[in-house]
Amino acid sequence: MTSARPIRKARNVLLVPMALLAIGSPLFAQIDISGSWSSYNDSDPLSQNPGPRWYPLDFLGVPLNAMGKQRGYLYEGEENSEPERICGFYPQLYLPIGPHGLKIWNETEPRNGTTIAWHLNSWEDRPEMTIWMDGRPHPSKYAPHPAEGFATGTWENDVLVVYVTHMKAWQVRKNGAPSTDEATMLTRFFRHGNELTVTSRIDEPTYLTEPYYLTKTYVQDGVAAMLSVGAPCIQGDEGVPEEKVPHTLPGKNPAVGEFQKIYNIPTEATMGGAETMYPEYRKKLKDNYKVPEKCPRNCGGPGVDVRR
Amino acid sequence: MKASRLARVLGVLAAGAVCLMVQPAACAQGGRGGGAPQTAKAASPMDLAGYWVSVITQAWRLRMVIPPRGDYLGIAVNPEAKKVADAWDPAKEEAGGNACKGYGAAIIMEMPERLHITWPDENTLQMEIDAGTQTRTFHFGKWAPPEVKPSWQGDSVASWESRERDPRRDPKARYLQVNTNHLLGGFLRKNGVPYSENATVMETYDFFQEPTGEQWMIVTTTVTDPKYLARPLLVTAQFRKQADASGWDPTPCSATW
Repeated sequence: MTSARPIRKARNVLLVPMALLAIGSPLFAQIDISGSWSSYNDSDPLSQNPGPRWYPLDFLGVPLNAMGKQRGYLYEGEENSEPERICGFYPQLYLPIGPHGLKIWNETEPRNGTTIAWHLNSWEDRPEMTIWMDGRPHPSKYAPHPAEGFATGTWENDVLVVYVTHMKAWQVRKNGAPSTDEATMLTRFFRHGNELTVTSRIDEPTYLTEPYYLTKTYVQDGVAAMLSVGAPCIQGDEGVPEEKVPHTLPGKNPAVGEFQKIYNIPTEATMGGAETMYPEYRKKLKDNYKVPEKCPRNCGGPGVDVRR
Repeated sequence: MKASRLARVLGVLAAGAVCLMVQPAACAQGGRGGGAPQTAKAASPMDLAGYWVSVITQAWRLRMVIPPRGDYLGIAVNPEAKKVADAWDPAKEEAGGNACKGYGAAIIMEMPERLHITWPDENTLQMEIDAGTQTRTFHFGKWAPPEVKPSWQGDSVASWESRERDPRRDPKARYLQVNTNHLLGGFLRKNGVPYSENATVMETYDFFQEPTGEQWMIVTTTVTDPKYLARPLLVTAQFRKQADASGWDPTPCSATW
């Protein structure tokens, strides 16, 4: 009796770490990213919505190929205001290019408390993203591509890495830079105290010549407690009658030259391409660029805050 | 073996298992006080030395060219800042020897540029920047500047941080934090949106490697300036490491381009 007790004690002491080993050391590398996160859109204020929007045919810094430029040229922004599309969700590509803050929470396995999924909502426009952490495989490429897409996550040390597939064909910039349903997104969540820096790499095999990286920063600033779901969408009139099919014909885009006229940036540059992402592209502009005299519109100023 | 001794042995093994899970680096060094402290260079999660290129995919027209006067979008300016920005005169700045106002530490990581990172010693990281031919120096450990003299790049103190605030975690799990002050007043945007000499800059640097071997660095910069900003400015920049110095192109500061 007296000799069995220490063994039982030791066994119990050993069972705890053994159980932890069975779960895996990543338990200690996982960071809590739950909570309400305000989106500080200072890095990409042009993506703010409502308010200033991207100009048509501003594909500066997007690595579009020739086909992508042509498809972008044919985009008509009124498409999103067709009655049948107003309440349609954007795909998960909206995470890096949209303006919204995030509500993040985890779903736990009831018996041991481990996280089996993270959930990201943004209260409008984009559906909830469920990030499966239980190692399940992605579906076949022939499986349906719902608005939610399909996301799985792993921890690289203490950075959450999320891989999203099965997204609907859409855009990599809100003004029509195109994407297909073969696009994938790899997103890393870096937490620094109350800041969360999120870098997404978009791979789009049809329209981009190289991966497209976008970074956003969120802050737990206590400004807003966000909800895990948004209000129901009510289809309203956004100015496009039911019988109209918004479209742009080849060679007929009325926005051609508009950006050049406003900002003195050549149309050839505004059509994007990988070379526009790199510093040396400035040399191509140097001889022809003249700083516009005054900001024409969407200028910001005191009292204007792009944070959401 | 007596049962009590067996229990002690099992207990030690259990403690070792926990140690390996929680603090592998510390265990490898024999625990607290088990070895000399790592230098900043040795603690780096990857080899930072070399050339890095900025990849500009966001706010392009605000970063790649000088935007027009009065374009403050994305910067929470107060009325005093607006007044200063509206009086921006690039020719006057150039003539007055202030061409580098748009290249200060508060905003230089946002510029289209290449970086050349070196370690002059084990606890000092140097970053040469071709845009404006600027140099930043990050001091790790206990650092006190020999004299407090404001400059465009100010005085920077750096540390490797753990997201769990545990300095003994695996180095790969760390990010770099840099705090900079003693700045000369400059521009947050090259069109004259100002920051004052009292501004402070806090940066975090995150690193990752793609399966292809490409190395990336993400810089998040927070600029706090009660004189000109209604709230801190929070911006990010993306850099990809290059295999060599191709594209490295030191150019002097310019207020007009």
